[in-house]
Amino acid sequence: MSLDISNIAKSFGRFPALQDVSLFAEDGEFLALLGPSGSGKTTLLRVIAGLETADQGSVRFRDENLLAKPVRERGIGFVFQHYALFRHMSAAQNIAFGMRSKPRAVRASEAAIKAKVEELLALVQLEGLGGRYPSQLSGGQRQRVALARALAIEPKILLLDEPFGALDAKVRRELRRWLRDLHERTGLTTIFVTHDQEEALELADRVALLKDGALEQVGTPEELYHEPASAFVFDFLGDSVQLPCTVEGGIAIIAGAGVPIVGARPEGNGAAVAHLRPDGFSVASGEGAGLAARVRNVLLAGPDARLDCVLDSGEALEVRVDHAEAGKLSPKDRVTLTPKAVRVWS
Amino acid sequence: MPGFWPALGFTLVYLSFFVLLPLAALALRPWEAGLDHVWGVISHPRTIAALKLSFGAAFAAACINAVFGTIVAWVLVRYDFPGRRLLDAFVDFPFALPTAVAGISLAAIYAPNGAIGALFAPLDISIAYTPLGVMVALVFVGFPFIVRSIQPVLEDIQVEVEEAAATLGATRLRTILTVIAPAILPALLAGFSLAFARAVGEYGSVIFIAGNLPNVSEIAPLLIVIRLEEFDYAGAAAVGLIMLTISLVLLLVLNILQTQIGRRGRA
Amino acid sequence: MSQARTTSPARRDPPVLVAALIGIAIAYLALVLVLPLATVFAEALRRGLEPFVEGVTHADSLAAIRLTLLVAAIAVPLNAIFGIAAAWAVTKFEFWGKSALVTLIDLPFSISPVISGLVYVLLYGAHGWFGPTLDALGIKVIFTVTGIVLATILVTLPFVARELIPLMQEQGSDEEAAAATLGAGAWRTFFFVTLPNIKWALMYGVLLCTARAMGEFGAVAVVSGHIRGKTATMPLHVEILYNEYNFVAAFAIASLLALFALITLAVKTFLEAQFADELAAQRTR
Repeated sequence: MSLDISNIAKSFGRFPALQDVSLFAEDGEFLALLGPSGSGKTTLLRVIAGLETADQGSVRFRDENLLAKPVRERGIGFVFQHYALFRHMSAAQNIAFGMRSKPRAVRASEAAIKAKVEELLALVQLEGLGGRYPSQLSGGQRQRVALARALAIEPKILLLDEPFGALDAKVRRELRRWLRDLHERTGLTTIFVTHDQEEALELADRVALLKDGALEQVGTPEELYHEPASAFVFDFLGDSVQLPCTVEGGIAIIAGAGVPIVGARPEGNGAAVAHLRPDGFSVASGEGAGLAARVRNVLLAGPDARLDCVLDSGEALEVRVDHAEAGKLSPKDRVTLTPKAVRVWS
Repeated sequence: MPGFWPALGFTLVYLSFFVLLPLAALALRPWEAGLDHVWGVISHPRTIAALKLSFGAAFAAACINAVFGTIVAWVLVRYDFPGRRLLDAFVDFPFALPTAVAGISLAAIYAPNGAIGALFAPLDISIAYTPLGVMVALVFVGFPFIVRSIQPVLEDIQVEVEEAAATLGATRLRTILTVIAPAILPALLAGFSLAFARAVGEYGSVIFIAGNLPNVSEIAPLLIVIRLEEFDYAGAAAVGLIMLTISLVLLLVLNILQTQIGRRGRA
Repeated sequence: MSQARTTSPARRDPPVLVAALIGIAIAYLALVLVLPLATVFAEALRRGLEPFVEGVTHADSLAAIRLTLLVAAIAVPLNAIFGIAAAWAVTKFEFWGKSALVTLIDLPFSISPVISGLVYVLLYGAHGWFGPTLDALGIKVIFTVTGIVLATILVTLPFVARELIPLMQEQGSDEEAAAATLGAGAWRTFFFVTLPNIKWALMYGVLLCTARAMGEFGAVAVVSGHIRGKTATMPLHVEILYNEYNFVAAFAIASLLALFALITLAVKTFLEAQFADELAAQRTR
């Protein structure tokens, strides 16, 4: 085990930012800290780096107690959300800063530092731009300078706070793939914070989902997506529809129709809330057992066709179906929506 | 948008009457009595001594304020302590206090029998009525410029930048010297220029404490007053013009220096 | 004493250093600012209240107070009107030579007060360009209240303009344009749209302008002639009394000015705290 975080708690005044968080990362693992804003993910990252002190708990790296060390002796690479580049230094000077900060006895020679800077500039695909100042670089380029600067100290672990947060959608997607590549080449244990579930699921080996300062679930993207441990995890990882239901003998009764429950079965019977994705409905024309609805609009643009429906109870609901099926329907049609399967948590 | 010509017209007439015409007189009148007279006034040892004192003491005072003003700005921005806000407001006191009031008060404090003068008297050091006294007055006058120039810049430095330096292994001292200092340097220079420019022309707070001994503790603005009292208009204007010229040239140099340093850092 | 307003360990300085720096800052402020202020009041009251009151209520002192108020009452409104007109022209319109104009407006701040007085002597003095002509017409400028007002205006000219220009620059002209489309005339637009938007900055500029106008010494000293009870403003009267070794009376008048400075400071701080967004961001004067 490379990094072992146990029982970390941290509060700001009376606000509990982290509550008893325990997490580990294997050597070379790419771990995502996912959660809504205020869930404590950035605080956890900052505790690991030493930019925040924990109220309790420990952080160990290969059996070395990290919390006992001040920030500058931890050897942890940190990439800030807004990069925090030194604006009066060129890209090359930014990258060299950490190497030049070492005590004279262990500092590399100026020639070695220069060579290393060139190597890192090549690694982040910024050859020839070392002389530029941050103000002369694009957002994506600044991000890569920040990354190179963090890598220059040959860190034990690399921490990235919302690495793509400040970039526009297109650059974001490019950098995402590139970062994954880079991770495979460096093999560095990496933890990144994001509030974007797509990013976490696509990039990470494992995802830790936080809610209100506590870990909700930790697992591979597949585990989280297919075996969500709670309604929160299910809802957070994708579009979700919630319907009132009654549980009876392991089956959810929704508007008179019995629907199978997947995943963990709730204990006991009674009223509950069923969760499913918008593509988990079968749609039939006319009346029947299930949710009676009227089609308000049929949206055929995009990979999935979408039906904008209004339930007879008055609620609006968007359902995803394939294009062939949607083609048969038009606005004002009456339909019956039946969930194919749902998840219910008690 | 209405009112362009009335507004601009009034502005130009007002500026012409109160600024341009008077400055034209300053620029033209020295030459009336002939080039020799101008040269005679400017090259007079007493004039040179006065200019040296005015510019030298202003420079020394600005240097002292650069050091302590930076410390005060740092303390006001970075640390919390009882009375901080009161001190912060009080920094502007020299802007608000009439210079003559500051002048007689400083003279009383630094006179040989004054609160501080008495401490130095046994050591045979006089502050009042010497060039040292001139500097003391100019320190008072220039102090707020430095603090108020640096403060906003210091407040703007993001925590993350200092945190980044720490995660990269920099000691606090290295962070301050290589990350914070370059960021505030342009502002420090700007404040220095303002304090310096103000101090060079300062009159009211200086004349009471200076002693006004010709060639020793007589400042250039006082020399202008003396020349006027002798009805030597051309001479007075010549001293005024040379003062203003040196000031503007120095300010220009400081300004260029400031943009040179500041250019790289601009985001 | 504590570390200020961040929890980041990266910004934490050693407590000894923190204490030392706070100590140095307080000591320096005490020496440079507080001591002179305290001395003014201590010297004024050195012989008790009676000589203090006597000094303040002497006929010449009262004349000086009246003159100071009169000069401020003329110079400040003129410079306020100028400031508004200049800011209007500079911020609402584009024209050739604009930046030169802005530089010119700021110029009086870089001129020695003595030179600000000198230039008027050069123009209107006995040997000035226009002095003899005006003299023949029976008009005297130098060594009269007129000269004092002229010098005061030059010294305090930029105060209102430099508060308004950055603010009105930031506010743009959208609201005025909107008022024009709604059929409002120029004056109506100004009084109901522009003025409410700039009132705090205007007040701030007027405050600083007044403080300087009442306290100006160098420029006024050159043009006044120091005639007791006639052309001596409060700061000049302080000088006269001081040179007569009437220290208690000198410091008594000085303490009034110092009190006024403290009030200015308090109002200024209040305005800055209440209307921070409306006042220009960076102030160094």
